[in-house]
Amino acid sequence: MAIRLFNPLTMDEPRKLGITLVMPSLIIVFGFLLLPFLYSLVLSLMNYDLARPKGNGFIGLGNYIHLTQDKYFLNSVVVTLVFSFASVILEIILGVAIALVMNQDFKGRGILRALIIIPWALPSIVNASMWSWIFNANYGALNALLSQLGILHAYRPWIADPTWAMVLLILTNVWKETPFTVIMVLAALQGIPTHLREAAVMDGAGAVRRFIHVVLPMIAQIVMICGLLQVVWSLLHTFELVYVITRGGPFNSTDIIPMRIYWQTFKGLRFGYGAAMAYLAAIALLIPAVFYIRSAYKTTVE
Amino acid sequence: MRFVFRRFTFRVFLYAAALLIAVWVLAPYAWLIISSISTKIDLLNVPLKWIPSRPTLENYRSLFADGQSALSQGMSFFSRSMLNSVIVTFSSMAICMFFGVFTAYAVARLSFPGRKFYLMMLMGSYMMPPIAIVIPGYIILKSLHLLDSQVGLALVNITFILPLVVWIMRGFFLSIPLELEEAARIDGSSRLGALLRIILPLSVPGLVSAGVFCFIASWNEYFYAFLYTSMRARTLPVLIGEFTTKVGTDYLKMAAAGVVASAPPVLLALIFQRFLIRGLTEGAVKG
Repeated sequence: MAIRLFNPLTMDEPRKLGITLVMPSLIIVFGFLLLPFLYSLVLSLMNYDLARPKGNGFIGLGNYIHLTQDKYFLNSVVVTLVFSFASVILEIILGVAIALVMNQDFKGRGILRALIIIPWALPSIVNASMWSWIFNANYGALNALLSQLGILHAYRPWIADPTWAMVLLILTNVWKETPFTVIMVLAALQGIPTHLREAAVMDGAGAVRRFIHVVLPMIAQIVMICGLLQVVWSLLHTFELVYVITRGGPFNSTDIIPMRIYWQTFKGLRFGYGAAMAYLAAIALLIPAVFYIRSAYKTTVE
Repeated sequence: MRFVFRRFTFRVFLYAAALLIAVWVLAPYAWLIISSISTKIDLLNVPLKWIPSRPTLENYRSLFADGQSALSQGMSFFSRSMLNSVIVTFSSMAICMFFGVFTAYAVARLSFPGRKFYLMMLMGSYMMPPIAIVIPGYIILKSLHLLDSQVGLALVNITFILPLVVWIMRGFFLSIPLELEEAARIDGSSRLGALLRIILPLSVPGLVSAGVFCFIASWNEYFYAFLYTSMRARTLPVLIGEFTTKVGTDYLKMAAAGVVASAPPVLLALIFQRFLIRGLTEGAVKG
């Protein structure tokens, strides 16, 4: 009897079977994501310093109070916001523009559609290393190209300049992430019924008005979902790009939050303080995440 | 006449735009490949020559030859880390595909208490920034003596791959007509029997899509591997990172290793493009 009860192969009652089937992954999600997330909260309320374990213990909101006065952390918040929003705005504009081009009829369209997936599939560390090599001050392809085209008279150490370092990081991120937007928008564009377009042409609407009144409403939602996803993604998933290309420098001008957490936690060995930083960032991330989950839930579940 | 002229300029503009896109997408990667078959003399030449005068596979050969030691168990560091990548990727993939398929079936077809909540949590776990769990994860792995081990890293990879599988497979299961399953059950098959005999064979595209996503996500993963592994269990991405960040940056080795490491995900993405795009658009999944 007991065997029958726990044998999912013969189990037919949807409630029991459902719970049985979900249980393993529920345990994994709880055990590997939720528990560490809660543990992180506990850590963030502690002084947990591996280098000086004597003073370790519960300190309440001490880490958080310290954070509000940590000028390096505050700098990281600004840097992260600039990096993320500039990246996402560019990704959306460029993504929609490229998708519109690729939605046209031309020779080689199929090949172009295939190739666009390459940056998306590239390991992010290869992406970061590849661009780091291109930006190299002495032998990089960027310097070589610009000087051979006559735009640049002498090689420049791009990454040594705070503004250029940030601009190039953003462009690198855009190169890797835009294809995702292109693929999503292209799929949405192909879902637009042709008779809608034809009707607009019949009514004498020009290309710009067709785009605003016919195309844009049809792709607005997918663009928004992409935007939210990309914001979340670039806010806290970006690490290797900055770690390899600029290491947060020069003068902390590209010191995004994950970099700061890395320095404090794994180099400074201040695990409690790092956890507080990570926790604060994760909570802030809940805002776009909730928006994303709500809109994605609406489109796919209901 | 004016109409024809406008059409013509539109075509010119279109092809120019397409060409620009192609160059933008391909040029950086092409440069990585060219660098990987160049000699140091060619690459360090100013003005730079874009086509190598003596193409060579020396950079690749040295990857497999250099750095044998006891720590890498007689292999070169590169071979060792490639083997680590393969082991970690395939073991986490197998576990996720197995549990993911059953979970996806449950959330797609069965109503049970907490189903909606579970789905929301699943979506939420995409949003979970690795940085938020990386610190406790480190302490937990350390206390379990799983730092710098393939098992530890595979376990960690499951956390972000399993939700991916469930999400993609759920979409595919939902698209299969309920009548097929009901017919099988009338013939005396149990629910799981129907899943294994009727639904799964029809979901092969979904399984392929989920499998490729799993592979790419796990193979490309850097952040956890970077923090949780070192000499023994480090994966290919970690080693590539070391070529560019450690003292004595070696861009030639980096380029060759980068080409090797990126070949599987790039080729898989090109071959299974249709499946991937369906997976991407169906669940708004981010790889």
